[in-house]
Amino acid sequence: MKFQYIYNWLPDLVIDLFIEVGELARFTQRFFKELFRPPFEFNEFLYQSYIVGARSLGLIGLTGFILGLVMTLQSRPVLMEFGAEAWLPGMVSVSIVTEIGPVITALICAGKIASQFGAVLGSMRVTEQIDAMEVSGVNPINYLVVTRVLATVFMVPLLVLYADAIALAGSFLAVNINGNISATLFVFNVFDVLHFSDLLPAVVKTIFFGFMIGIIGCYKGYFAGFGTEGVGKAANTAVVSASLAIFLIDLIAVQVTHIIYLH
Amino acid sequence: MDYVIEIENLKKAFEGKEILKGINLHLPREENLAVCGKSGIGKSVLIKCMVGLMQPDSGKINVLGKDMMNPSLKDLEFIRGKIGFVFQGSALYDSMSVRENLSFTLKRSAFSGTKTAITERVEEVLKSVGLVEAIDKMPAELSGGMKKRVGLARTLIKNPEIILYDEPTTGLDPATSMEISEMILDVRKSQKATSIIITHDMNCVKMTSDRILIIRDGLIYAEGSFEQLQSSDDHWVNSFFQ
Repeated sequence: MKFQYIYNWLPDLVIDLFIEVGELARFTQRFFKELFRPPFEFNEFLYQSYIVGARSLGLIGLTGFILGLVMTLQSRPVLMEFGAEAWLPGMVSVSIVTEIGPVITALICAGKIASQFGAVLGSMRVTEQIDAMEVSGVNPINYLVVTRVLATVFMVPLLVLYADAIALAGSFLAVNINGNISATLFVFNVFDVLHFSDLLPAVVKTIFFGFMIGIIGCYKGYFAGFGTEGVGKAANTAVVSASLAIFLIDLIAVQVTHIIYLH
Repeated sequence: MDYVIEIENLKKAFEGKEILKGINLHLPREENLAVCGKSGIGKSVLIKCMVGLMQPDSGKINVLGKDMMNPSLKDLEFIRGKIGFVFQGSALYDSMSVRENLSFTLKRSAFSGTKTAITERVEEVLKSVGLVEAIDKMPAELSGGMKKRVGLARTLIKNPEIILYDEPTTGLDPATSMEISEMILDVRKSQKATSIIITHDMNCVKMTSDRILIIRDGLIYAEGSFEQLQSSDDHWVNSFFQ
């Protein structure tokens, strides 16, 4: 009775959100159930890892490089005011490795990969290819979803580390535009400030970013509506939901990291 | 009689609207049954319920002795190993070549053959539908008729006992429709398969079916052979044959 009252009181938008989260949780449960059930589609996993990882190197590299360059150029005048120009490599590296690098890379992956998963699986749903798989005795969750989600879980952290490295290269270039610093000194300054405790939580959270990008992209595509509009909507909502999930995970990760390190 | 499919009082609704209102159907082994009716009447829903792609609301479905109302995973795997489904739009995996479309299913079925045996089987089935030359083509390179034939080949590769055809000739020219209908007959002769053919194409119905069911308002409205229904006094039934 109490729940019925709350249900009636809640706006439709909130109810829809709860339903969506519930359905996603059920889909995630199915993923974990199928994860340990043979056959393991190793070749498909490798192919998806290639699509997610190797095919994103150019975009992620370019974005990372510009990110490092711009952050350094923007931060320089502020640090110069306080006479702390020597802190530039360290400050930029901490910002990139702990926060900006993982979040920006994950957002790019959400745009590129989650939308692709949504569109591919959505068009497979609309053209009855998923039904055809099911009828012919192939488990579509195992073949289509498990392989894709595992690919993002493994590839997104690697892409983030790659983006961090490229961003630091961009930062090194920016430092040398207005000054002169050797690569050895730059690296020394970076690792003087950057600790393992900065790197570990950043990498761990990217595993969750990768999982959410994969599972949301697949979920939206797997349950796409009918017609081309359904496919478009699946791709679009996959990007929006995955981006939102990245920010939520980041918020939780920051809190958890603080709690762990404070104790 | 040996029935491979038995359906009793099957009901299915979508968003409160009842589509199937109590279908009863008994299909003997090796019979070709055509199911006709207006678009959107639930013909495809009926055959999707038979393979567990859709869950009926109530009634009974028994396929090859297995209860399909709440099938266990084991029963579902068994049934899907014995049933072939030819989709309306062919539903070929568009990221795979024709060869991969066929071998993909075979590799993951009970077929326990070497790589060479799989290739031989793929070529044999493609030869039976007259498309062996298209083996390395992608689905996007095929015409509508070719896609239908590859879809049929993909179904035949498992040697199914029952084949469900969802509008196999829709969107095809009369000559290609005739070819597909002939193929359905050939399959019946060579594989001794039982078939359900959902179609609006009365030439296909005439050529391929032993018995016809006509669905109206979610119920079986008329039943009989092509000749019986063609000479029916019922104006509505007759309209299908004009």
